[in-house]
Amino acid sequence: MATSLPIVEMKDISISFPGVKALDGVDFRLYQGEVHTLMGENGAGKSTLIKALTGVYKIDSGQILISGEERRLTGTADAQAAGIATVYQEVNLCANLTIGENVMLGHEVRGPFGINWRATYRAATEALKGLGLDHLDPRQPLSSLSLAVQQLVAISRAMVTKSKVLILDEPTSSLDANEVENLFTVMRRLRDQGVAILFVSHFLDQVYAISDRLTVLRNGKYEGEYLTRELDRTALISKMIGKDFATLKSLGRERQEHHGEPREPLLTATDLGRKGSIEPTDVELRRGEVLGFAGLLGSGRTELARLLYGADKPDSGTVVLRGKKTDLSTPAAALANRIAFSSENRRDEGIIRDLSVRENLILAVQAKRGWFRPLGKKEQDEIVGKYLKELNVRPADPERAIRNLSGGNQQKVLLGRWLATKPDLLILDEPTRGIDVGAKAEIQATVAALAEEGVSIVFISSELEEVVRLSDRILVLKDHRKIAELDNGPEITAETIVAVIAEEGVTEEGAA
Amino acid sequence: MTGTKPVQARLLELVRNQYFWGIVAIALLLAINVAADPTYLSIRYNDANGALVGNLIDILRATAPILMIAVGMCLVIATGGIDLSVGSVMVVAGAVSMEYLQNVGAPDSVGAALTAVAFAVGISALLGLVNAVLVAIVGLQPFISTLVIMLAGRGLAKVITEGQNTTASNDGFRWIANGYVLGLPVVFIIAVVIVLLVAWIVRRTALGLMIESIGMDAKASRLAGINRRGLLFTVYIGSGILAGVAGIFATASVMTVDVSRTGYQLELDAILAVVIGGTSLAGGRFAIGGAVIGAFLIATLDKTVVFLGVSSSATPAFKAIVIVVLCLLQSERVRNLFRQRRAAKASAPKEVVSA
Repeated sequence: MATSLPIVEMKDISISFPGVKALDGVDFRLYQGEVHTLMGENGAGKSTLIKALTGVYKIDSGQILISGEERRLTGTADAQAAGIATVYQEVNLCANLTIGENVMLGHEVRGPFGINWRATYRAATEALKGLGLDHLDPRQPLSSLSLAVQQLVAISRAMVTKSKVLILDEPTSSLDANEVENLFTVMRRLRDQGVAILFVSHFLDQVYAISDRLTVLRNGKYEGEYLTRELDRTALISKMIGKDFATLKSLGRERQEHHGEPREPLLTATDLGRKGSIEPTDVELRRGEVLGFAGLLGSGRTELARLLYGADKPDSGTVVLRGKKTDLSTPAAALANRIAFSSENRRDEGIIRDLSVRENLILAVQAKRGWFRPLGKKEQDEIVGKYLKELNVRPADPERAIRNLSGGNQQKVLLGRWLATKPDLLILDEPTRGIDVGAKAEIQATVAALAEEGVSIVFISSELEEVVRLSDRILVLKDHRKIAELDNGPEITAETIVAVIAEEGVTEEGAA
Repeated sequence: MTGTKPVQARLLELVRNQYFWGIVAIALLLAINVAADPTYLSIRYNDANGALVGNLIDILRATAPILMIAVGMCLVIATGGIDLSVGSVMVVAGAVSMEYLQNVGAPDSVGAALTAVAFAVGISALLGLVNAVLVAIVGLQPFISTLVIMLAGRGLAKVITEGQNTTASNDGFRWIANGYVLGLPVVFIIAVVIVLLVAWIVRRTALGLMIESIGMDAKASRLAGINRRGLLFTVYIGSGILAGVAGIFATASVMTVDVSRTGYQLELDAILAVVIGGTSLAGGRFAIGGAVIGAFLIATLDKTVVFLGVSSSATPAFKAIVIVVLCLLQSERVRNLFRQRRAAKASAPKEVVSA
């Protein structure tokens, strides 16, 4: 494998954007029949390198060889013609078309009278079968699928073109363990057929489970290329963040100490529910407490959080906040009552892409004050300066459009937006999804520090280890209802929670 | 990035400015007029009524109503909507004021004029409110909601005047469109004051930021606690009131409301002015200054067409050509094309700026 000619070879690639050197002399090689993972923190240049390869970005210097020939691709379509297909982090499909139309879009089977839909759907069925998605009806609208399954459809769409190189940019960030295993099965099959796969993921377990080789980037620079089996996790993380691993490990230890301290209740919700999304549920939250919501994707954890913020209107139940019955049926009302909510859907419900970092940061505070009482320049600078620094946002340029920041830094700006409203209750739905180890550690540390200051936190994450590490209590959800409430302690581990979820019913199989 | 910028860089910045090509187009149109008649730009002082007289003054007067509806339209478009009803709101406002003045007992008092203005503005605000309810509460698409009012409005005007072109006389009301202060038309001064007031409110409070944010991403804005409904009410009612003022301007100049022609198709002029000013129809970032330039350009264009004696049936085509050229110059793609050609010419080995 290593001795043959690489199918993709990138040499000494550099790209600069105004004010940033996004890539600086990066090398990358991809061989047939291997899964090669690109590792690095957010903003390290992984996505940029992929876009350099597919020609979405122009490189300033360096060389790109495809099958030994120097090529400069000019964009996704050109890359596809050259046998390189890409599936991006966020699902880029048309929700209002059918599954089959999405899979075959641009590759419809044509007959003498235009598109032959029957043959097209037959081809779509084949493509889906190749990914083990036989149970999907290609004539159903895509919007009828969960986000996780849509991602799998996106991958089968990429495979329709019979590509030699498949680029998967964080395809697993919204999949549960079962679906990840499904995907890996397909990836292994494709690899054995000789397809070269470039994989990007932040889940170390997944990286070790699937990849043959790793290339590590840090701050746009090339750190090295390694065989996965020769590099242990500690070494890998140190290379990615360029600092000692011990600081990461010590995290969460301080949380263990104040478990169980009695505190006054902040919020008590009784029978809070909404038809079709979450059954009537009781939630109690004390001041300075971190309450974890654990459960699989679609278990109702997000739905419950949205009800607490008024993002969706509850149709049953009451909420008592600080001893008073309170109406929290709109986000504006919740914010006025010092509740803040950071959505799991960063792109659609979090950042406002075209606004600057500064505007994104002050937005919630400004909305709380009303438009007729604008924040002065000085107040804005204070808020912006404070959170850019405290949350270590890079680059710390408030006038830059937020869409130009990496995912992790966007998340930090959002966290700043909510913190600036000085919340008593902060609801964080998947605040660490799709972001790198370094930013993840920083966000976890912020959560711990906030609880220390007396802020109550609802913490939702697919990574059970993370929930266990941070929470004082854990509310376990399954099939749109609460099935257990656990006091966290040394005896609670991710496995405990998995067991609770698995034992509770018989229909559900496989857990995170 | 330090020190004084080279002249070239400054020029480049100017050329990229969204208003720049609008201003160039106005200058060009004026130049064409001067070529046709060298005295086109001359302005005289009329001792009899203390007024400045000239083609440029005529353009200022014609700009006033377009300014009003363009500014209102600009804010509506920024929220991701559109207001097709402004032309019809103009005629309703005109009809109400004319009917009132014709039927009131004291036709020549200032009080009657003020009452007429209040009625006109009031009914315009009401129509804006209907738009707002349809868009923000019923949840209809802005295009459809305002299309309904566009059709219903002209019908309403006909009902009010019983299908007649109502004429009235009131010196105070007439003065709004025909009077002069400091030699300038009152109507223009009022328009400028209103535009400055709106711009001040929008940019000195957080209204502008919030309008932009709901226009860019309604969902994320809602979760950030922004009251979208309230903003939509503000914007559509505001657009209605501004259209009402435009209607007063348009009827006061001849003291007649022509139910089939007052404000007819002016919504298109307003939309064009906004687009020329660099505000995207997709919503989000807006430029009131740009809409103002756009309004000036449209008024200049209208006057030029008349001045050059272009036949009235060819007027729309002439307008279309000017606007297509302008939009091409503003388009990101066309600009990139120019930039690439320039870059290709000057592709001598250049060092990469490291930051």
